Amino acid sequence: MELLPTIWFVAIAVLWTGYLFLEGFDLGVGMLMKVFARNNTERRVLINTIGPVWDGNEVWLLTAGGATFAAFPLWYASLFSALYLPLLLVLVALIFRAVAFEYRGKVDNPRWRARWDWAIAAGSFVAAFGVGAALALTTTGLPLDANGDREGGPFAWFSGYAVLGGFAVVGFSLLHGLGFLALKTDGEVRHRARAWFVRLLPVLLLPIAGWAVSLQLLSGEAWTIAAVVAAVVAAVLAWNFARKDAEGRAFLSLGAFLLLGSASIFGAAFPVVLPSTLDPAFNLTVSNASSSDYTLGLMGIVACIGLPLVLAYQAWTYWVFRRRVSAAHIPEAHSFLPAIAAKALAPKD
Amino acid sequence: MDALEIARWQFGITTVYHFMMVPLTIGLGLVVAVIQTLWYRTGKPEYLRMTKFWGKLFLINFIMGVATGIVQEFQFGMAWSEYSRFVGDVFGAPLAMEALLAFFVESTFLGLWIFGWKQLKPGVHLACLWVAVIGSVFSAYFIIVANSWMQHPVGVEMVNGRPVMTDAWAVFTNNTALVAVPHTLFGALAVAGGFLLGIAWYHLWRRRHDGIDTIGADGKVIPGEAAGILGRDRADHTVWIRSLRIGAVVAMISFAGTAVTGDLQGKLMFEQQPMKMAAAEAACHDGTGFSVLSVGNVGAKNCDDIVAVIEVPGILSFLAKGDFTTEVKGVNSLLDEYQAKYGTTLPDNPIYGDRAGQQIQYVPVMEVTYWGFRMMIGFGGVAALAALVALWATRKGTVPASRGLMRLAVFGILAPFGANAAGWIFTEMGRQPFVVAPNPDPSGIDQVFMFTAAAVSPGVSAGEILTSLVVLTSIYAVLLVVEVKLLVKYIRGGVASAMPELAHAPVDENEDGTPRGGPGKPDDDVLAFAY
Repeated sequence: MELLPTIWFVAIAVLWTGYLFLEGFDLGVGMLMKVFARNNTERRVLINTIGPVWDGNEVWLLTAGGATFAAFPLWYASLFSALYLPLLLVLVALIFRAVAFEYRGKVDNPRWRARWDWAIAAGSFVAAFGVGAALALTTTGLPLDANGDREGGPFAWFSGYAVLGGFAVVGFSLLHGLGFLALKTDGEVRHRARAWFVRLLPVLLLPIAGWAVSLQLLSGEAWTIAAVVAAVVAAVLAWNFARKDAEGRAFLSLGAFLLLGSASIFGAAFPVVLPSTLDPAFNLTVSNASSSDYTLGLMGIVACIGLPLVLAYQAWTYWVFRRRVSAAHIPEAHSFLPAIAAKALAPKD
Repeated sequence: MDALEIARWQFGITTVYHFMMVPLTIGLGLVVAVIQTLWYRTGKPEYLRMTKFWGKLFLINFIMGVATGIVQEFQFGMAWSEYSRFVGDVFGAPLAMEALLAFFVESTFLGLWIFGWKQLKPGVHLACLWVAVIGSVFSAYFIIVANSWMQHPVGVEMVNGRPVMTDAWAVFTNNTALVAVPHTLFGALAVAGGFLLGIAWYHLWRRRHDGIDTIGADGKVIPGEAAGILGRDRADHTVWIRSLRIGAVVAMISFAGTAVTGDLQGKLMFEQQPMKMAAAEAACHDGTGFSVLSVGNVGAKNCDDIVAVIEVPGILSFLAKGDFTTEVKGVNSLLDEYQAKYGTTLPDNPIYGDRAGQQIQYVPVMEVTYWGFRMMIGFGGVAALAALVALWATRKGTVPASRGLMRLAVFGILAPFGANAAGWIFTEMGRQPFVVAPNPDPSGIDQVFMFTAAAVSPGVSAGEILTSLVVLTSIYAVLLVVEVKLLVKYIRGGVASAMPELAHAPVDENEDGTPRGGPGKPDDDVLAFAY
């Protein structure tokens, strides 16, 4: 087994885990805009808990994608081209979601806000589902030919695993979002989020557990099976902490669940990065899909410098905005008399 | 149309669209950072107002650049999988570094800046904006390193039919990138300059039109106040005249910068991509003259169809080589060279699909290269000239009362955008038929080139790509309307639209000037500023 490609496989697993941990809760909060928040003030509470950080969290996706391109170009090329339409949906979802956060409050009009609320909720759902489906399929396989190209047309990627992976990330994100709200808000929203967290934990973690277990059945090893068991323990701990109002510990336990679950999934998949369902000889693996050692070494140095820095300043951001947000903090919408009345560009006035 | 052509349209549309937002983000970010620094050092309220107003417009635009940037990264793998496989070893690295070293910085620190007005000390808050803006400059650097490798591949060796990076220093100090980076940054500043100039002109004009500002006997402006409109006071006049002057100066400096760096690029292009140089000139025959205007069908491959009406001898030589006598090769002699070196038909290789065996069109679409080159220079020059005129016209402290001039200033905002778009369309279309252009330098690497026809994803159907083309283009169109609508709303709103504190100050303060409402409300304004 070559050393550098293996390290980079671990690095990419870490980047995806970091993405799911961080963007997981802001995707969850996004989905909760429609099903959880009861009025405009509560929606603004929700948005403002993730306001300063969601964009930084999303860069984890770009970094995971970019690192896959740099370290495993053949993996990147086969996975992204095979999943053309689902990834298009993810892109559309991310575009609307990003723009919605910024534009929602820019016009003081309920219809305007309602539209962007839908964009946030649906965008978060579709993005979470699509990323989950793509990740599940890269562990369970796609119909790839010898060149790594998809056979069987635009929907040949579809399988039960795509649905399972989609719901896995949606469910985890929803739960993680509830845990985050319990940690970051105060008052009514905080209590309701905690109650929902306790009540919904078993249901919301079921699909991700199903994905982890099915991968153990396909290609598990002793240590990855142990990781699944440990993840279940972490989930029970999270549930127990949340019940006892220890929101911080519940949040961290769910983080441990994700870490262990993702280790069990990526660990079981290793050394295959993208199996071919047509012929195992076409499997893309850590060794046959990777870049040269020179490039991997260079990127390794860059990652060793860059990643700790990212973690440090992102941690600092969370420290700066550590205060809980509550409905009492939300000011009136800013209305103003425009300096220039509309139609100023009209020919005569 | 087959998958290749649809994929090219999609890439082109996404890139040009993305690059409407990006230069404004980079340029305006730098300008806002400078203005906030002025406020930090002088404490003058007009600088705070300028920071908040231009900062608001900056954010409305920034998010669109973010949203379309993700498409950029994904579509290499989605639509151009053969390209990604071929170049991944060298091309993926700058993209990954862009995300890890630049975009993380930009996004995280911008979040701190947006929400940190009260939580952070003023110096730290200002530093966050600078860090974010410097992040965006690094972002531009890494992306241009990647693009420059497609224009001028260096630092690799061919191993098993793929270029493998052997010299990262050569890749990251590619001379093509080192001149393209400042050229792009000056282009971005030109956009910001025109943006400030046009909008500030509009506000000054409107203040005169509404009778707020008047002209004294000496011809100088007498700033006034509008009762009942928040923020329409004397300081408001200072905000706009200062913004206008900053914008005009930035526009002129950046045009000079683009001219100098563009000249360096021309000389590199002459060495590295001679066919692009010839196509920029639509020159069939070898020669030295630069045509200011050519008539006839510049796209025709038949040289007799093209007649240069106004031609300045020697200028083309100067652009290419720095003297007035070097013969610049025309399309005809280059065509023979390219065919001898790289073949006349696409090789019989499965990655070309049905396109194998087709004649290779080495001459780019000359209507595009010829006019793209001239639009870039023309729009840029017109904007710089307009900035000079604007400075002169406002020497007495406000703009002329003419409505026509005001309209010209407002629509002039588009000129630097046009120059940027034309420049990129020229340089990307001029590289065709290659997606990775061969490096003709004797020290260059044999066989490191790729025809665009080989780059598209073989497993993806034309229908899929067409779906994405239609979906993305429609979304871009809708979002452009939304963005412009919001920009117009906040521009018309003036400074008060970006400063809730201006509105609430008298209401929220007790008689001794302390904030009313107790300790629970100290960052009301901050949340209103954000979401």
